[in-house]
Amino acid sequence: MKKMKLVVVGNGMAGMRTVEELLKIAPDLYDITVFGDEPYPNYNRIMLSPVLANEQTIDDIILNSREWYAENNIRLYTNARINKIDRKNRLVYAEDGTSAEYDRLLLATGSRPFMLPIPGADLEGVIGYRDIQDTNAMIDAAKVYKHAVVIGGGLLGLEAANGLKIQGMDVTVVHRSEWLLERQLDKTAARMLQQSLEAKGLNFLLEKDTEQLTGKDGRVTAVRFKDGQEIPADLVVMAVGIRPNFALAESAGIHCDRGIVVNDTMQTYDPRIYAVGECVAHRGISYGLVAPLFEMAKVCATHLANFGIGRYVGSVTSTKLKVTGIDLFSAGDFTGGEDTEEIVLHDAVGGVYKKLIIKDDKIIGSVLYGDTTDGSWYFQLLRDKKPIHEIRDHLMFGQDSLGNTGHQGQDKASAMTDEMEVCGCNGVCKGTIVKAIKEKGLFTIDDVKKQTKAGSSCGSCVGLVEQILASALGGGYAPPSTNKAVCGCTDLNHEEVREQVRQHKYLNIPDAMTGMQWRTPNGCATCRPALNYYLISTWPHEAVDDPQSRFINERVHANIQKDGTYSVVPRMYGGVTTPNQLRKIADVADKYAVPMVKVTGGQRIDLLGVKKEDLVNMWADLDMPSGYAYAKGIRTVKTCVGSEFCRFGTQDSTQMGIDIEKAFDHMWAPHKVKFAVSGCPRNCAESGIKDVGIIGVDSGWEIYVGGNGGIKTEVAQFLCKVKSHDEVLEYSGAFIQIYREEARYLDRTVHWINRVGLDYVKKRVIEDAEGRKAAYERLLFALQGAVNPWAERVQKRDEHKEFETITL
Amino acid sequence: MSDWTKVVALHDIPKLGSRLVRSAKGEIAIFRTEDDRVFALHNNCPHKGGPLSQGIVYGDKVACPLHNWRISLVDGQAEEPDEGHTACFAVKVEDGAVYLEI
Repeated sequence: MKKMKLVVVGNGMAGMRTVEELLKIAPDLYDITVFGDEPYPNYNRIMLSPVLANEQTIDDIILNSREWYAENNIRLYTNARINKIDRKNRLVYAEDGTSAEYDRLLLATGSRPFMLPIPGADLEGVIGYRDIQDTNAMIDAAKVYKHAVVIGGGLLGLEAANGLKIQGMDVTVVHRSEWLLERQLDKTAARMLQQSLEAKGLNFLLEKDTEQLTGKDGRVTAVRFKDGQEIPADLVVMAVGIRPNFALAESAGIHCDRGIVVNDTMQTYDPRIYAVGECVAHRGISYGLVAPLFEMAKVCATHLANFGIGRYVGSVTSTKLKVTGIDLFSAGDFTGGEDTEEIVLHDAVGGVYKKLIIKDDKIIGSVLYGDTTDGSWYFQLLRDKKPIHEIRDHLMFGQDSLGNTGHQGQDKASAMTDEMEVCGCNGVCKGTIVKAIKEKGLFTIDDVKKQTKAGSSCGSCVGLVEQILASALGGGYAPPSTNKAVCGCTDLNHEEVREQVRQHKYLNIPDAMTGMQWRTPNGCATCRPALNYYLISTWPHEAVDDPQSRFINERVHANIQKDGTYSVVPRMYGGVTTPNQLRKIADVADKYAVPMVKVTGGQRIDLLGVKKEDLVNMWADLDMPSGYAYAKGIRTVKTCVGSEFCRFGTQDSTQMGIDIEKAFDHMWAPHKVKFAVSGCPRNCAESGIKDVGIIGVDSGWEIYVGGNGGIKTEVAQFLCKVKSHDEVLEYSGAFIQIYREEARYLDRTVHWINRVGLDYVKKRVIEDAEGRKAAYERLLFALQGAVNPWAERVQKRDEHKEFETITL
Repeated sequence: MSDWTKVVALHDIPKLGSRLVRSAKGEIAIFRTEDDRVFALHNNCPHKGGPLSQGIVYGDKVACPLHNWRISLVDGQAEEPDEGHTACFAVKVEDGAVYLEI
């Protein structure tokens, strides 16, 4: 089949991002031609400021090298400005006469700096700040001239001013408004920013209207203001705003209104022509930041690929100033109004200012200065429109989202040196991450994880990585929405998959994947285990449990170790054992020459270093139930001694633990589930850091949920107090069942509770008595007839050939 | 001189699964895809030597059980951005039996 022809006008970040997204999903659909009017391949425009500040070179910021275009069979014309579109014959013409035919046309013509229409604006030495040429002009000017004036105290103007100062010029920033960055900051934050920049040696003239530029021999020499003041200037940078480039589209008769008008699929009024980036007007808005462009690119690519899915519905943007040493973040509506509330923290001496604007229990805007650690978090709450009343009292103090271990106790990336380790699992330093972001053009956490491995193991440092990304990219960084697709095999998120499994009653993986239009024939190692869990948790006793979609540990009911051997942990209900069990364990350890016998943190015994082919024989000899120490499911119920022996004990915690462990034995869950039962508030079983922690008191039992002793210590929250033993089972069982039914695969209870809120959990488990009983019944139903998987394997040896090694 | 050696019946390898063969050339993992193609790789992940035979098989790839490196069954190459290579062995299916060239 002959390929369709796609012509892209504009070789910038929006256009090329669309092409990249398109190649990912439909690599062979188009024959692609790209026209760019600059002499360079696609580069990272948002990194021009670091180039001007001597922090990077032009080579560092190239995103797609000429080789990349060649490898992907893309014809690239540089220095080629398109000046005519012939829609009737579907042709575009470049100024030099080159032409190209298209079946689909993508306009990504970007924007240009707005030049004030004042006398002298055409003098030599008066420039905008948009591309590599402008950047080089500034660097060259700094070698010869002394006085620079930047007109416009917005993000771009301040970055230009900072760069020119570093290049050695005397820099004055002229701004019309009362304070800097008036579209991003309130007055207080702007004043703090101005002071920091003044300390760096920049000069400011606020509330100044420029009247004209004067020159000598054709080159600018001074800037004159309406109040008569005049200051010397050898270089004038105009940074008062941008204007979308839509003249080309307009001349071809495509509807434009201060930008190329597109619908939610990024299509223009000509159905063969799409447009993305700064040149478009979507729902009346033109964007000048990179994050929205990438969202547009993704949507546009799905339509170019003929998938017909995806809508762009506009973006909420956030900004950050890329001036080294200055931390500033702003997002959404930060001025507020009559119906909004504010939370403000202001430490003038410490140089920290934080303001959150709240409306109807949701954050609608934020301004952070000096400490922007939580910028991404606030932005996420804003984008996800999350109610905040539950966290309101500590909202201002941040998310504290980082794990407490593995990165030297650091929680602020800006305070770390390049040599300091960010990811303790994979040994990745801050410098390595920064370098990868800049050189490889990374924009998302997933990019960084893939390229550097930082944050890809335990995940405790993801918050730090995010800070590093945000500070390197400035406005280019958009935190991932918490509502993302399960994996690359589907566009559906976890909740949508669960809903479809329920609605269509999918009972096996092939049906589910076909029904939900999975893009890959049999998924991947990320989605298959999740999908398998959703099937069996939604349709217990009916859905087919697919062993090949389970991680090896759950497939063979043992824990794989680094050398490929396994560990075997028999269940000891409530951590109670007998001399007889201990003798059996000792005999087995001897018989199979187990290299290590270890007591676990969950009050049982671990036999480590067992060969796979010995597993079944060993289970037969042990004749004890599996402890599920390998499972996303119930692990242990840790107990203290309790009232049977302990002089302080108020309740029989040991028996309670045994009963819980027996009741919920064999339970699969989205992630591992740990219980503990203590017999008195001294809490020797550490109930405060368990998924379900139970503490006996004289008058009954307190139930706590969502604790975690892992990567990040999370203290369990009080759920309720109950009187009887049976109530403990019912309440904790209902809680776990709702978690089993509603959490995302690989969510621990704490992650799930953080997302839905403890109020929701209380409503389901405490207030709704019928619902609670029903949930508990569903759990008992799901567990009905469950058997010890070890015994089952021993009985049906012949059906599990995979345990046998073939020897040649 | 290499020979085709009969190793196992095709139906004794689970679909999207594998079997482990111990041979003079070390441990070899034999994989079966959904569409009944069969591949053989050295049972060692190029990363930290994880037993690939124990990984999750999807498409024509296997995810290592230790650190989730994704290795192509076709050429033993690690998926980008990871870099590494695992040796491949020739393998064929005839009359429902799997033969390994070894």
